[in-house]
Amino acid sequence: MLDDLKNIKNHRFNRRKFIKNVIASGAVISSGGYMLSGCSDNSAPISGSVERLIVLKVNGKDRPVDVMQNETLAMTLRYKLGLTGTKLACDRGECGACTVLLSGTPHNSCSTLTHSVRNRDITTIEGLEQEDGTLHPVQQAMIDELGPQCGFCTPGQIMSGVALLNKNPKPTREEARQALSGNLCRCGAYDHYLNSIMRASRIS
Amino acid sequence: MGKFGMGQPIRRVEDERFLKGFGEYTDDIKLSDQTYLVVHRSPYAHAKIKSIDLSYAKETDGVLGVFVNKDLEEEGFLCIPHDVVPNGIDGNEVMVPKRPILAQDKVRYVGEPIAIIVAKTLNIARDASELIEVDFEELTPFPNMNTEISSNSEPIFKEIKNNELVHWSMGNKDETDKIFSKARKIISINLINNRIAPTALEPRAVISEYDDLNDSYTLRTGSQGSHKLREWITGKNGKKAADIKPDKLRVICPDVGGGFGMKNFLFNETLLTLFASKAIGKPVKWKADRTESFLNDTHGRDQINFAELALSEDGKFEALRVSSKGNVGAYVSQFGAMIPTMAGCGMLCGCYKIKSAYVDVKVIITNTTPLDAYRGAGRPESAYIIERLVDKAADELKIDRAEIRKLNFIEPEEFPFETALGMKYDSGEYKKILSLATKRANWNTFAERRVESEKRGMLRGIGMSYYIEACGGGPTEFKTIAIKIDGSVIISSGSQNNGQGHETAFAQIAADTLGIEMDKIEVIMGDTEKIEAGIGTGGSRALAAGGSATLSTCQKLINKGKSVAATLLQSSEDKIIFENGFYKIMDTGSTVSLLDVAKATYDKKTFSEDIEEGLETSSEQVMNAQTFPNGCHICEIEIDPETGVISFINYIIEDDIGRILNPLMLEGQILGGAGQGIGQALYEEAIYDNNGQLVNGSFMDYIMPRADNLPSFNFNYTEVSSPSNKLGVKGAGEAGTIGATPAVANAVINALNSINAKPIDMPMTPIKIWKSIKEARKS
Repeated sequence: MLDDLKNIKNHRFNRRKFIKNVIASGAVISSGGYMLSGCSDNSAPISGSVERLIVLKVNGKDRPVDVMQNETLAMTLRYKLGLTGTKLACDRGECGACTVLLSGTPHNSCSTLTHSVRNRDITTIEGLEQEDGTLHPVQQAMIDELGPQCGFCTPGQIMSGVALLNKNPKPTREEARQALSGNLCRCGAYDHYLNSIMRASRIS
Repeated sequence: MGKFGMGQPIRRVEDERFLKGFGEYTDDIKLSDQTYLVVHRSPYAHAKIKSIDLSYAKETDGVLGVFVNKDLEEEGFLCIPHDVVPNGIDGNEVMVPKRPILAQDKVRYVGEPIAIIVAKTLNIARDASELIEVDFEELTPFPNMNTEISSNSEPIFKEIKNNELVHWSMGNKDETDKIFSKARKIISINLINNRIAPTALEPRAVISEYDDLNDSYTLRTGSQGSHKLREWITGKNGKKAADIKPDKLRVICPDVGGGFGMKNFLFNETLLTLFASKAIGKPVKWKADRTESFLNDTHGRDQINFAELALSEDGKFEALRVSSKGNVGAYVSQFGAMIPTMAGCGMLCGCYKIKSAYVDVKVIITNTTPLDAYRGAGRPESAYIIERLVDKAADELKIDRAEIRKLNFIEPEEFPFETALGMKYDSGEYKKILSLATKRANWNTFAERRVESEKRGMLRGIGMSYYIEACGGGPTEFKTIAIKIDGSVIISSGSQNNGQGHETAFAQIAADTLGIEMDKIEVIMGDTEKIEAGIGTGGSRALAAGGSATLSTCQKLINKGKSVAATLLQSSEDKIIFENGFYKIMDTGSTVSLLDVAKATYDKKTFSEDIEEGLETSSEQVMNAQTFPNGCHICEIEIDPETGVISFINYIIEDDIGRILNPLMLEGQILGGAGQGIGQALYEEAIYDNNGQLVNGSFMDYIMPRADNLPSFNFNYTEVSSPSNKLGVKGAGEAGTIGATPAVANAVINALNSINAKPIDMPMTPIKIWKSIKEARKS
């Protein structure tokens, strides 16, 4: 039994060696990595760590970045592009903290493969503010209504709110409630978040 | 009152950074050459470790180190110490079993750390963790407090009989028993206080760094108090986690994504990264994934209660007797044994005059994740017991539920009032606040609304709770305030923000007292090097303790500047008064601003060399007494009997939170707290199966309140100033949680009562409600 296990493990290592060979044969491997850093000076990249240079359109700018095949958009944004406003709280599409806009619609970036959004407009929380420093109406309303408490889920809540107002500029409170229902907030700041969305819809 | 004074709805200074995505939480920090730690955890709730094979993991390329407990002990990383544990009924000190940082001979809960891997990347560390081979011998698990221990099964700790850590009591047993033996009416109730996973949205994360030149460590982690955490690590009362001297450990606390009690505590991973940073010689980061958070963050609540109330025939309360079991989990976390005992039981008498009371609690060790403080920490459990009991008494005696409360309330003129369990309440106007709430909730016309609902085939219920909470616990809080040459004011705070808005609150108090614009004031928190001392945030104490400390430090600072002002104004100190940011000579009216006084201290021509540059002073606020926020929650619901689904019709909160610093921030705290209280009443429960596996360790399975399953609240308050602190504030962090759970539960029970359906336990989920209704309709 134990021997079988060892064989399985050896097999795993063999698979890694295979990947190493792929890299040696010319696949692009580099990393401006953040959390995933170390790949560049690491002689033993791990499974799925083959990176390819792609260009992402993030907050209106072209951002070249080396991306692994199995890498999620949240990983790329946070740990490679340094856009840490996109939060990871569950990493499996259950909490909404990582919500970003893909061509205007909200997505869980933790459950989106980076390679699949090469041709999309990606908007993160960092991209909402205008160049002259004017806040997005939803952001401004969050200040006026004291939306955030600990602030961790706030970027995701704002992105969901922005997506709602893009589609439905004058939502009812009930519609706003539904739109935010995928964004968990343990501080329970929902009432103030809803007040903020409703204020933003009145103003904009 | 100035524009930053008490009661002003100042916008929060921290919000702009949060909503731009610029908040800096632990996982947002990246140190150069940072490595990654992954914990290999136990899949069993109770098992012997026969052997651990690390060889495959160690051989993996990119792995920098693989360690077990023996490695830690050799380096002086000893254990996770407990803090307060109460003595037993017999008065003897309790033998608390050691909690190793990594399990050595035995695992005692699913998710318990066994070994660690440090690697260059997170993915390598994760892969290598799968290669660790542990040979277990399974033992019978004891995942719940009622499991019978047979003679042939091994207890969780050999030294602890029947898994009972301590049997504790409070109150006067003889007198209470005597009243019960003669009572005309006795009402009793069995309750389960469901187990809650705190689930702060920011998963715990730690980055440790070791400096070999100075043999010192820097620890970055989102905690509720950096000084407290350091104290637990480096030692307190002879108990310590590691052989590290306090001056060799700097704890930095960045933004914290919610604490709820849980982030107070010292966890395995905090110590593991510290150890690894020295062993590897590079910074080490660990971040919990959500499953790890469910498995290894301390849980809350989890009690079984039997409570009895002795009454006179006309509904006057005479005595209270409560017997509980409290789950402490597999090991005793810092306050783990205190929460079900000392922390909350004193509040069991609620707001009522009860002649005598007695409570006994058995604290039970189980094969589950350790439990500790969760928002309210013992007080919500007590409020739930007394408020459910009072409702049941009212129903059985056929007295209106508001009236029975009024009949037994402590009257305003009776304060200070000492309860039968020894709590000394400072102030309160319970009857008035209850009346305000019932009026706004149209309590007296509920019967009409119920008839209307019944016509539509719906069940309607209304429930209330009158909660009281004790806060401001902990002895002191520290503040240092300094005014620099550029006119900036720096407040160093011992209490740590984790969502409440400390940066705004303390700056608001200082701006008002010093007469300085808020944008000149910076609040520094969470750094043991920059801040002299501190206790931390918890027990709704930050404003009562930290806010009062800010106020007294400001006043001390103003006095300190008086001599400089006197020189500048060419007057004597006794002729100078301070108002709106200026020192002023009473007779002539000539003035100098506080900022100019601070700047002048740098001027060595006017002042001698020995005058201290800048204005700076520290003070410590000693908390002599607790404060007692209280209030009334009234919840009206409708239940669809076909599905058991609840919809909220109305939710009224009428609070006495003492004087109000910032109504908007207060509202956030109360509503958020109420959301968590409703979560416990209706949705949340961390469920362990008979094998000790947590069966709902994800947000998909564990129902947390969302935007669409909480009501909109109708929140009001009456300001009854607390005499216990300079600001007159009482504390708001936990009040909502304490009040909401019993109010919502009472509303559901009230709806079920209308068709004589059996009461159910929390969480009162649609399936439980539906079953209860179905059974009632059958019979």
